[in-house]
Amino acid sequence: MIQFIRYRIIYFTFSAIVIGIGLISVITGGLKFSIDFTGGTNLEYKLSQSISLDKVSKIATDLKIEGISAKINKDVLSIRAKPVDDKVEQLFRTRLEKDLSIKVQILRIETVGPVLGRETMIKTGIASLIAIAGILLYLAFTFKSFAFASAAIVALVHDIFVVIGIYSLFSRFWGAEVDTLFVTALLTTMSFSVHDTIIIFDKVREYKRTRGQGDMGTYLDRALSENIVRSLNNSMTIVFMLMALTLLGGSSIRFFAATLLVGTLTGTYSSPFVATPVLYIISEKFRKR
Amino acid sequence: MKILQYTLVTLLSFVVIFLALPENVPVKFNVGTTKINFVINPPAINTTFFGKEIRRDFKTKLGLDLQGGSSLTFEADTSKLKSEDIAEALNSVRDIVERRVNMFGVSEPLVQTIKTGNKHRITVDIPGTSNVSDAVSLIGQTAQLSFKEEGTDSANVATNTPLIMRLTQDTGLTGKDVKRATVVFDQQGGRPQVQLRFNDVGAKLFENVTRKNLGKPVGIFLDFYPISAPIVQSVISGGDAVISGDFTLDQAKQLAIAINSGALPVPIRLVEQRTVGPSLGSIEIQKSIWAGVFGLLMVMFFMIMFYGRLGVISSFALIIYGIISFAIFRVIPVVLTLSGIAGFLLSIGMAVDSNILIFERIKEETRKGRDRDVAIRLGFGRAIDAIKDANITTLIVAFILYNPLSWDFLPTFGLIRGFALTLAIGVLTSLFTGITITRQLLRIFYRQKRN
Repeated sequence: MIQFIRYRIIYFTFSAIVIGIGLISVITGGLKFSIDFTGGTNLEYKLSQSISLDKVSKIATDLKIEGISAKINKDVLSIRAKPVDDKVEQLFRTRLEKDLSIKVQILRIETVGPVLGRETMIKTGIASLIAIAGILLYLAFTFKSFAFASAAIVALVHDIFVVIGIYSLFSRFWGAEVDTLFVTALLTTMSFSVHDTIIIFDKVREYKRTRGQGDMGTYLDRALSENIVRSLNNSMTIVFMLMALTLLGGSSIRFFAATLLVGTLTGTYSSPFVATPVLYIISEKFRKR
Repeated sequence: MKILQYTLVTLLSFVVIFLALPENVPVKFNVGTTKINFVINPPAINTTFFGKEIRRDFKTKLGLDLQGGSSLTFEADTSKLKSEDIAEALNSVRDIVERRVNMFGVSEPLVQTIKTGNKHRITVDIPGTSNVSDAVSLIGQTAQLSFKEEGTDSANVATNTPLIMRLTQDTGLTGKDVKRATVVFDQQGGRPQVQLRFNDVGAKLFENVTRKNLGKPVGIFLDFYPISAPIVQSVISGGDAVISGDFTLDQAKQLAIAINSGALPVPIRLVEQRTVGPSLGSIEIQKSIWAGVFGLLMVMFFMIMFYGRLGVISSFALIIYGIISFAIFRVIPVVLTLSGIAGFLLSIGMAVDSNILIFERIKEETRKGRDRDVAIRLGFGRAIDAIKDANITTLIVAFILYNPLSWDFLPTFGLIRGFALTLAIGVLTSLFTGITITRQLLRIFYRQKRN
């Protein structure tokens, strides 16, 4: 049997460092919101040859396209701006073709009105709250124990912070944006997080039932030792799938897959290394009283 | 009983495999002297059943992000309507929009009305349009045709004001009086024109207008934009008129469409537009397929390395799982979007989970010194509870994301819906295959060798 609980301070420090870095990045403005939430236009064109961004911005200014930020990656031109009318977009495209004598192929055009963006923000917020409430209710229902449920919730919150923090690093270094897919990945992570915790806690409950009120620390160590292989193997298969999607999959879901990957990793980590020690601490506190 | 069970399983397997056949794969080979040459395709139903025509094919339905196309959301301005009239007005808007899109020559457009809070929206999904801008302006047009004549006081106005500015007086003749507009070609130059056929009221009105304005110009306006202002040459009483102008064929067609589909009862405004070019979609499909194949192989390799023979069995179960889910996608049919494919691949990763739970439990029981048959039975019994528990939270989240009851306080986006749906179907299918199929496979291939 491995003495997991004993080294809890190491796990907590590790978690604190990861979350700390993430939070600092978030606070210093590391999260960019996508047009899903702010409203605006995303354009993605495939060009027959690379061009200089100055000329692109000049044409945009001529057509009074506001708030423009443009990027060129090989032969793909990506532009984000305030909402652009479809007629202006067409004009912009023809101007690009004429003025720079290149061929432009539409890869993607997305325009979201500002009102709709705000509404989406509110709605995804509500959806997230309902999802959290649903998971909490389910936890209360399966565990019927304050200590078990709150330990699982601590792990859940831990995972939310880790995912948001790491995503802000993605955002800072690779320009990932907070969009509806990110929210989806976050909610899916929450369901993963609880999933592993339940299986470990289920074991502990089984010991309590069959062996009576023994030492909680020993039970927890036992449950972890017996489950760690299963838990790791299970996550490995999901990690393989998501890794393949992140590295090989299409560009528009790359960050989505990467977020799910981070979520799976932290979800797997938090069950033995956050939820379980927290459960130990809570039950020790209650015993002493 | 046993025989019945086996025939049922075989039959079901055939149906499932048949449904999951790939599309348009040509097969050419020779057996002896006979040449075999055909194209593999999933089945299609095309029959009449009690006089009702049933037509279904089981090809994979791809979302707009994969096949290319536009998704447009319009918001209706219902502020001027009484609340009891809104529903009816919106339905007629939807019909008109649908007609306009259909006339644009688009295959299978999807037009829906959505109510969120007190806002009313119309979403239009158009697969494979190359020119969104045209589609948008065609759909959103209020398209009211009107005929105008010179104002009575215009004689006093200086003649150097442009002709169009002088045409200010409504004649009372509008697009409502037009029965049909068609594109015709001018007999001399072969230039495209739009021919109008008036209804009875319209024919009389038009006759009056031409009589009154003989030798004077009459302006034809669409939504207050002048289209042409011909000088009336003679009184026209047949109920036919021709709008000629400097049209290209496309412009003439659009004009005819706009006149035919009439005015929208409620003004609408574009609030969201998402367009994906066809080339991007096909690249993304290819990448996803590779990612899926690669991920699957890694999972199988890992399982076989770690669990040996049990791993082979679970790899086999996994392939069966993939085929069944795919067949289900086609039967429902699930419109596969890119995020939907991600959800499916994720569910493959998760499907192995139930196998791992079962195997670990079986190992545990074997370690206690139990017979392998007994260990399998006990292991299954123990694992099933945990499997059910573990998947419920995923299903809760998938439910909220999919929003099946279309509650208007929750978001409903194609992207998220696709993901939630394939994930939920994946989880449910994996509950079935993880328990039933793995068990059968174990029973057949993992028996204890008896001396």
